[in-house]
Amino acid sequence: MITRLNHVSIFVLNQDSAYDFYVNKLGFKVHTDAPMGPGMRWLTVCPPEQPELELSLMSIDAGMMFTKESAEAMRKLVSAGTFGFGVFECNDLLATYEELKAKGVEFTKPPKQEFYGFEALFKDDSGNWFSLGQKAK
Amino acid sequence: MHGENYPKVYLYRRIVKAKLFIDENFAGDIDLDHIADEAFFSKFHFIRLFKNTYAKTPHQYLTVVRIERSKLLLKDNKPIAEICYAVGFDSISSFTGLFKRLTGQTPSAYQQLQKKIREEIKTTPLKHIPNCFAEMKGWTQNSNFEEVH
Repeated sequence: MITRLNHVSIFVLNQDSAYDFYVNKLGFKVHTDAPMGPGMRWLTVCPPEQPELELSLMSIDAGMMFTKESAEAMRKLVSAGTFGFGVFECNDLLATYEELKAKGVEFTKPPKQEFYGFEALFKDDSGNWFSLGQKAK
Repeated sequence: MHGENYPKVYLYRRIVKAKLFIDENFAGDIDLDHIADEAFFSKFHFIRLFKNTYAKTPHQYLTVVRIERSKLLLKDNKPIAEICYAVGFDSISSFTGLFKRLTGQTPSAYQQLQKKIREEIKTTPLKHIPNCFAEMKGWTQNSNFEEVH
């Protein structure tokens, strides 16, 4: 029976820039950073309190996963902010919002109390958006 | 409550400023009075607000930042004594003790483990990649990854 999730993929436009965003701005930890040949890299990061959950920062390249046309289409979709890959959680949304803003993270929605919780929305350097919610105290 | 107009925005910005000050100056000889001054708080008020926000006192947070930075330097194979002083500890025994308390292993054991993982990633990276992704990327067709390095 399925017990847990241990990998999830986030498609990014540039892995170097994504590394800087997720590690230096969001404060995620590098799990695996493996060069796999010219222009190829397996890069996974984890949220600080979930070392067993690897977020794979996947490049969008023509090859076995994408054709040239589908890679181009995917890059356009990513940079248009089509995908919301998930919901992150923090202990204090207002403090986290101020800190991430100070580090240059772009918020598309500032912290707001919704019927389902206290939430903000931000984008990564590629255009992917995420919800950021405050853990119930 | 939303946007830039939430109550006490100025308090949050000062606490965040203090946290970022710790993030940037952890290696130096900083103390609580110095950090509280940076945020324009009294020491008592500062500790209370910081702990409410980050679930750690400023001193506990400073220790965590130093230990996390030491982990990066241990991965780079730097000498342990050098790392101890580089991240702001003033004694190897206190560094080692705190490292073990927070991570469950000594700095030396952590360094050895990271060295082993690094070697493994260099020679057999596929051990660290789910096979489905490796196949989709065409990496299972190349078995000699040592040439990449």
